[in-house]
Amino acid sequence: MSLPKPAMRGLLAKRLRFHLPIAFGLSLIAAAAFKFTVTEPRKQAYADFYKHYDSTKEFNAMREAGVFESVRPTGK
Amino acid sequence: MLATRVFRLVGNRALSTSICLRGGHGVAKVEDYTLPAYFDRRESPLPDIKFVQQLSPEQKSLKEKEKGSWAALSKEEKIALYRISFKESFAEMNKGTGEWKSVVAGIFFFIGFTGLVVLWQRKYVYGDVPHTFDPEYKQKEVQRMLDMRINPVEGFSAKWDYENNAWKK
Repeated sequence: MSLPKPAMRGLLAKRLRFHLPIAFGLSLIAAAAFKFTVTEPRKQAYADFYKHYDSTKEFNAMREAGVFESVRPTGK
Repeated sequence: MLATRVFRLVGNRALSTSICLRGGHGVAKVEDYTLPAYFDRRESPLPDIKFVQQLSPEQKSLKEKEKGSWAALSKEEKIALYRISFKESFAEMNKGTGEWKSVVAGIFFFIGFTGLVVLWQRKYVYGDVPHTFDPEYKQKEVQRMLDMRINPVEGFSAKWDYENNAWKK
């Protein structure tokens, strides 16, 4: 009956030494994945949309469709 | 003197109800639940009393043999001695009951029953939906959203091709 004495101290420290690097790594990976799958495409989509955006043309198109209350469609 | 009498009966459940009133006051009846009890519990492995209180003659002789060298005991005798002291082994007391299967079955059953109730409700309780759900009305709604350029960058209107008046392929 001579079992080795079990670890009595430093149990939390041992667990943290193992799990904290993994936690940090996974968090960084999650953040990087989100950045490159969501935010970068979104920024690009907005840049592309406004590169050739003619606001006057869009306004007139919306006016003719009749969605505004301040200006009626032309020809009324 | 009365106290020693009660102490002698500790662990001997058969005599617990034999004390009766005597004279003017007498000794109070010792209830079963006040005496030490046997229990099988993982967290306290050694109960207060042995499981078997009244030993049969074979068990008594086995107990005598136990007082000698334990190497002389056979395997069955050791197991018999264990069963005198304990009701269930740790393996027996810890084993699962399979109750979870009944629980899951009950969950599924009641979810199914709820589904039937919901179907009945839709047929017999709810009235008609508003006219705003008509297909023609919905079409006009979609057209108005496209006219207003709802979410033109990444969302709704971004998927509409304004040149060709159709959804983008």
